[in-house]
Amino acid sequence: MSPQELQVQQKRELEKKQESTVPARVFVPTTDIFETEEALSLIVEMPGVDRAKVDVSVEDGVLTIQGHLDFSKYEGMQPVYTEYNIGHYRRSFSLSNTVDQGRISAEMKDGVLTLVLPKAEEAKPRRISVS
Amino acid sequence: MYNAFDALLDFQQALESRLQSDWLRGATAATGAFPPINVFQQSDNLVAIIELVGVNKSDLEIQAKNNTIRISGKKDVTYPEKVSLHRRERLSGSFDRTLTVPIQIDADRIKAEYRDGVLALFIPRTESDKPRSISIN
Repeated sequence: MSPQELQVQQKRELEKKQESTVPARVFVPTTDIFETEEALSLIVEMPGVDRAKVDVSVEDGVLTIQGHLDFSKYEGMQPVYTEYNIGHYRRSFSLSNTVDQGRISAEMKDGVLTLVLPKAEEAKPRRISVS
Repeated sequence: MYNAFDALLDFQQALESRLQSDWLRGATAATGAFPPINVFQQSDNLVAIIELVGVNKSDLEIQAKNNTIRISGKKDVTYPEKVSLHRRERLSGSFDRTLTVPIQIDADRIKAEYRDGVLALFIPRTESDKPRSISIN
């Protein structure tokens, strides 16, 4: 069986609450979220973003992921044919208080950010024995 | 004065206009196919920037012959066992696309760089194809 042919996903632009002072475009990164007994994981696609330019923060129970694109790589280049636009990435998720915010870990590979948010001890399911 | 913000805005607008230059029309197989390609001119040479986020380098194949470049491979999206999936937006599958450029290129000297999910192909023009100035006697 041949694998499914890959389709282009159109980038979705972020709807901003405030206007930004910099005219750069901001896109909503494509994200997968899954949960195990131990943790919540987020897989976030941010092509072109260097690992040093990724910012993950948790404030008031809201997880915000930001990826900053380095436009200087495009200096001196004249577009002659284009199919996609480039910009920064930003996306926020509200977290339940079951996440241990102090132990969030992040890893970046091939433009894909993997965030692991371990569950707080009291939030883990526990087996209750019936006597 | 050079204004970086203005330059950036102009650049993004240029990308937005979905430039369909005549010389590439019909030359790339299926516009809108994966992966999306942007082509730039840098002095005499071309640079193709291709978004291939999440593709393993070893799953990526690039071939060049005459003035045609073929990019093929696959993208896997896997999840650990025993998970409950809350949100599934990433796509997986295979891709195969060719890019034909209307200039004579030096296929042996094409350089490819894959970094942060973006493939950059540096496509040099052959010396004989480069424009030269003609002096008037």
